[in-house]
Amino acid sequence: MSTLAITPDVVAQHQLTESEYQKIVSILGREPNYTELGVFSVMWSEHCSYKSSRLHLKKLPTRGKLVVQGPGENAGVIDVGGGYVIAFKIESHNHPSFIEPFQGAATGVGGILRDIFTMGARPIAVLDSLRFGPLDDPRHGARNRRILQGVVAGIAHYGNCFGVPTVGGECIFEACYNGNPLVNVFALGVAKKEDIFYARAAGIGNPVIYVGAKTGRDGIHGASMASAEFTEESKQKRPNVQVGDPFLEKLLLEACIEAMQTGAIVGIQDMGAAGLTCSTCEMGSRGETGVEIELDLVPQRETGMTPYEIMLSESQERMLLVAQKGREDEVFRVFRKWGLDAVTIGRVTADGLLCVKQHGQIVAEIPNRELADEAPLYNRPYHESPPRPLAPSPAQPVIHPTQALETLLAAPDICSKRYIWEQYDYQVRTNTIAGPGADAAIVRIKENGVSVAMSLDGNSRYCYLSPREGARLAVAECCRNLATVGAQPVAATNCLNFGNPERPEIMGQLVEAIEGMSEACLFFGTPITGGNVSLYNETLGEGIWPTPVIGIVGLIETAAPVTRDFKTAGRPIILLGGIGDCDESHFGGTEYAKVILGEMWGQPPALDMEYEKRVHDAMREIVAAGLAESAHDVGDGGLAVTAAECAMRGVGAALHFESDLPAEMLLFHEGPSRILVSTANADAVAEIAARHGVQSPRVGITMNHGLAIGNRNETLITATLDSLKTIYEGSLENLLRS
Amino acid sequence: MRFGVIVFPGSNCDHDAWYAVNRNLGQQAEFIWHDSPSLGDIDAVILPGGFAYGDYLRCGAIAKFSPVMAAVRKFAADGGLVLGICNGFQILVEAGLLPGALIRNRNLKFICRELRLRTETLDSPFTSAAQPGQILRLPIAHGEGCYVADERTLDELEAEDRVAFRYLDNPNGSMRDIAGILNAGRNVLGLMPHPERATEALMGSSDGLVVFRSMVMAAVALPQ
Repeated sequence: MSTLAITPDVVAQHQLTESEYQKIVSILGREPNYTELGVFSVMWSEHCSYKSSRLHLKKLPTRGKLVVQGPGENAGVIDVGGGYVIAFKIESHNHPSFIEPFQGAATGVGGILRDIFTMGARPIAVLDSLRFGPLDDPRHGARNRRILQGVVAGIAHYGNCFGVPTVGGECIFEACYNGNPLVNVFALGVAKKEDIFYARAAGIGNPVIYVGAKTGRDGIHGASMASAEFTEESKQKRPNVQVGDPFLEKLLLEACIEAMQTGAIVGIQDMGAAGLTCSTCEMGSRGETGVEIELDLVPQRETGMTPYEIMLSESQERMLLVAQKGREDEVFRVFRKWGLDAVTIGRVTADGLLCVKQHGQIVAEIPNRELADEAPLYNRPYHESPPRPLAPSPAQPVIHPTQALETLLAAPDICSKRYIWEQYDYQVRTNTIAGPGADAAIVRIKENGVSVAMSLDGNSRYCYLSPREGARLAVAECCRNLATVGAQPVAATNCLNFGNPERPEIMGQLVEAIEGMSEACLFFGTPITGGNVSLYNETLGEGIWPTPVIGIVGLIETAAPVTRDFKTAGRPIILLGGIGDCDESHFGGTEYAKVILGEMWGQPPALDMEYEKRVHDAMREIVAAGLAESAHDVGDGGLAVTAAECAMRGVGAALHFESDLPAEMLLFHEGPSRILVSTANADAVAEIAARHGVQSPRVGITMNHGLAIGNRNETLITATLDSLKTIYEGSLENLLRS
Repeated sequence: MRFGVIVFPGSNCDHDAWYAVNRNLGQQAEFIWHDSPSLGDIDAVILPGGFAYGDYLRCGAIAKFSPVMAAVRKFAADGGLVLGICNGFQILVEAGLLPGALIRNRNLKFICRELRLRTETLDSPFTSAAQPGQILRLPIAHGEGCYVADERTLDELEAEDRVAFRYLDNPNGSMRDIAGILNAGRNVLGLMPHPERATEALMGSSDGLVVFRSMVMAAVALPQ
């Protein structure tokens, strides 16, 4: 196949432009052969090269005093004290999950787990950020339900068997995801600081060793598939989706960690997107070395594979490592113990070239650095996102606030996701202190008495209205979730899901979201240590709304967690941060506007970052002083939904306000910087809040039965806890049955 | 007391059992690799949860051929204490050390949930430290935990007081709400819930310690 002629058509099929092809010719000083063209096409795909986003990603803050490793490695690394570090990152697996939900999601989990243990860190937590089309969509409902069930089962299949707890995440539904569901998987691992490994090929003459699963023809061009829009023919790409084997990955984890202990390993990288191609040239590029491999030595599961196929295969559960010359046997012994293939397939060279041989003949020869790091860089034209209509249509339905609350509690974005997370083993490894359903998941590190709190957030409605504000709000909410459980945010990872960047309005969304995220991450002291960009989330020309997802990790001393449920009747309830303000133009992005009014307009809620941060500082102090009996951040659905969620475990509340806001805004606006706290010592809470310059109105008291909310002389909401709970807990399953 | 925790390829609750015994029970635990022909000097053996050999073919179906299982069989035959948790229970059933079978949950989905169990007998080395009828809060995490057996076997288990635990809210369709059973010699216990995950308040429950403390007392009483 290497002798296939390179025609303009062949170049176009590889999604390379004419100018990109000319760049290849100038790097090589000749025309590429077919294998080399394939190698360039995957490395220079949007997915692998970030060619549209790189220029703007540089705006993100990446440094901080705890950052051990920023972007550019398989995962970011943060010092958590006591000689330990955590490695974490988020990755998307959107395109494969649409084509084949179960395997697409499963291999998404597998891929990010390998990124973590490649660094020498044992994975201890996974979180997922999921977006689907509406489950009751008139045209696509059945498919959306099938995709959700496939994705959830796929995540469960892989994570449960591998033995990593899936401890949290989010799941949101919008029509813009009908043809483009989003599956973003976050993973975090822990290691001793001196045991961290990097993906560098160093030491001329050192052996390059292939370990793990055999190479097959699956997943060829997966990275390129993830860099194109969907068309009617996309279903034919199903063979491009890889098949995962979590059992093999578990063995690979144990074997890699054990092999790393031998001291014989110099560098290691997993084979993810672009497989053998990516791992060889990236390790060579980082190590400023060459890598020479002989494809005959690569373990293969099929016969007659061409160099093109072997180099581009995305078969799962494979790793490439460089060992010290003469110590190969120590490495082989470990992999033999775990029943895994481990063979030397080549060596590190001095010439900086990726030299691929088959049957002793050179079939590809490309400079590593140019291939890995000199991908085309585009400053794509973009324009600012247009302002949205400022007001809703005049005819708005009138609905009783209690009925509105019940409708919101049943809304798919808000209702309990128990149906999803009960399918995940969220406890394995016995570190989970706060699991799914909590504001932030908390996983302890047994070795050093520190726990890691994690949250994933993104709000595409806010981002549709304003990508910049929406991104800032996501960072603020994520940090607030961590503060609510008492944790100090220390670092972040991001997953930027957008449409086709070749369209200026989409590129504008990306740029604004990055700038908003950058500003907020800098402000809240959460450098971004790695992440992922997923573009071309479009089907038949219809793009998703801008969906930047942020994952932030925080630290807290290991202790019993503060949870959201009211615990004891008769406790004062404090709205830390105050009632907040809202007007019509800032109400159009709320769940109320979406679910009750069926509209979207105006601006996202207004964020004052200075005030937000003071709320977080006050909240952390309240938790540290042991004053919070419960705490829950006011999020989607606003105050009434938040209060109802706090009451789901059987202790209710009576809340009373003196507000000039219209009832629906008082109850359902989504202004940030607010946390609902119950406490046995309201005075002490108020004192801390006052010291931080934060409002802390006492808004009610916990009660044994029911939820009641009033404003001045008017009773707005009365409901029994049983009825609210039935609605909240049963809604998702009802929708899936429809 | 020395516990041996068997490590099959694919075991993933082995560290949890090890940690529960060493840190929360204050006893000693060591790992035993699956190809080990002997168990060494131990007082009790734990077959931990996970997906031994990927649970390919059928849960526990490959693990029962593991070299270490011959040693486990002999250990059990000699009266040694054998505790099979979750996947460990599935392996004990496949290996014929316990009767019946574990099939897919009634709803065909993996379920992770904390739930309540009733202690059905105190007359075993795994439950002697419990109160009569004591309700334990333990988590489950399995896809194939629906216990089934023919009527005669079920009657026999009940007649011989070999049902150790029953679910109060049967999550998986298990016959007669059975969550854990003993062998005829009462020295082998298999259960689907995870007592090792409930051995400290930080995990939400420490009720699982009842099982381990019972074993410690029994081991003291057993002839060495």
